[in-house]
Amino acid sequence: MQKVLTGKCIVVGDNIDTDQIYPGRFLAITDPKEIGSHCLCGVSEDIAANFPEGGIVVAGRNFGCGSSREHAPIALLNMGAVAVLADSFARIFFRNAVNLGLLPVVCKDISRNVKAGDTLTLDLEAGTVKNDETGEVFPCEKLGEQAMNILEAGGIKPLMRAKFGK
Amino acid sequence: MHAIEKILMKNSGKSSIQTGEIVSAKIDFAEINDLYLQTVYSFYEMGGVKVWDNTRCAFVFDHYAPCPDIKSAENHKAMREFAVKNNLKYHFDTNTGVCHQVLAEAGLIYPGMIVVETDSHTTTQGAFGAMGTGCGATDMATILMTGELWFRVPEVIEVRLEGEAPKGVYPKDVVLAVLGRIRADGAVYKAIDFTGSYVEGLNVAGRMTICNMAVEMGAKTAYMQPNQNVLDYVSKRAVRPYEVQFTDKGYHYAESYVFDVSALEPELACPSSVENVHTLRRVISNGDVKLNQGYIGSCTGGRVEDIEIAAKILKGKHIPEYTRLVVIPASREVMLECIAKGYITDLMNAGATISTPGCGACLGAHEGILAPGEVCITSTNRNFPGRMGSTEASMYLASPATVAASMVYGKITDPREFL
Repeated sequence: MQKVLTGKCIVVGDNIDTDQIYPGRFLAITDPKEIGSHCLCGVSEDIAANFPEGGIVVAGRNFGCGSSREHAPIALLNMGAVAVLADSFARIFFRNAVNLGLLPVVCKDISRNVKAGDTLTLDLEAGTVKNDETGEVFPCEKLGEQAMNILEAGGIKPLMRAKFGK
Repeated sequence: MHAIEKILMKNSGKSSIQTGEIVSAKIDFAEINDLYLQTVYSFYEMGGVKVWDNTRCAFVFDHYAPCPDIKSAENHKAMREFAVKNNLKYHFDTNTGVCHQVLAEAGLIYPGMIVVETDSHTTTQGAFGAMGTGCGATDMATILMTGELWFRVPEVIEVRLEGEAPKGVYPKDVVLAVLGRIRADGAVYKAIDFTGSYVEGLNVAGRMTICNMAVEMGAKTAYMQPNQNVLDYVSKRAVRPYEVQFTDKGYHYAESYVFDVSALEPELACPSSVENVHTLRRVISNGDVKLNQGYIGSCTGGRVEDIEIAAKILKGKHIPEYTRLVVIPASREVMLECIAKGYITDLMNAGATISTPGCGACLGAHEGILAPGEVCITSTNRNFPGRMGSTEASMYLASPATVAASMVYGKITDPREFL
């Protein structure tokens, strides 16, 4: 997996719950691309259509709180996001993201230090986020061993396929 | 050691366990609800052939009960086919109710077990001294293949609830007060153990309501030491033998909070965050809050006790013209008991709309969706923007008594007026 990622970011607030990431009225949808087209529509209807491929979502505290719906990370990935940087994450969202290969990285106060449209470079091994616009560098938490093992395998599905020899 | 640690230790086959350690634990029961056809997709994508144990997993069709559209009907159809193919011993179709409630009623929840469901409110099962936790579709597919899931052994926060509840204060008010203090992320990655004299005396329904809302503080799981009410409930139903676990004397909690329940009042979580908790008295002191809809139901506030108090408050009265009150019993068993006791008749005579047991409008799927600008008071668990429909609607979380009292006048009203 790539250990250094660069992408343009959007910035959202605190307690962005799974209903704002992916509202209940769309939960019967199973096509990943269609799921992605509704991503974050509870925050603003026009986020998904304008989201840059390989982009990064920057958030405040408790990102992904609420439901266990896996539609949330599926939506983020299929909108084009590769990582979410936040003050903190809700637990089930964190697990779901890691399982699907979306990077959930804890980076305190990042939402107050960057603005929408900035290009950020996330260095997983160094544990840093650089704002390429200003040159500022912010520390972020490194992912734990369990999460990294899953992410390095490309998510839980390749890991399980390898385990079961398929 | 804490009882939760003992449960994790037993199910992971270890002789000792440390907080923060990652363990792979056997799952005693796994439940997939009808939002999660992705579980079936992930199961096959990962090379799954048959589920690990056809007596330890089941589908519950609760979020779309019965189906509101073609897509959800297709999803149900595919899940039924998977259930048949795997010869699942238990199946809960659209005539049963909300997963957490129906599993408990079916005797599939008992002390000392690990239960994982594809629903964040699985913390509800801590009411029975079980370790219940929610997961996503692909974690569930892993369980269906292997019967196990990895867990980080959580820190445990004690929430000690002491004293008797005053008139008009219900378990929902108590947990809202706790939530207002611990906040929406105060227990992320951690477990909450509810202790104290209030919990020791509490009935099963009230225990479920409080544990249910633990996830709104971010908790991985909740726990209450089983009391006699729980043992009476479980002993009549449990499908397997069980062992109650106990927390060792002197166990050191990561954090402790103490609440004097006798000093609490009816509480509200105001729009649009679960942690925006204020006393009802304070909210209405700022002026009338007019309502378009009241809602009583869900895994939080749709049990017999919840519908009973609503019926008692509304009996012989009628909700105002141009408002509506939606009542959705949490399960078939709950609804049958409420019919037998006359509560459903009383509520219908008061103008309530009764709908099929299930999750209903709690998550904005169907059966009580809100339009832009509307205001709803609800006995459910979340008031996030757009949770019950339009992102421009407002929701107040309250006890079923407060919802019922408020619908007498069509504005937020203190239930103590009617008690």
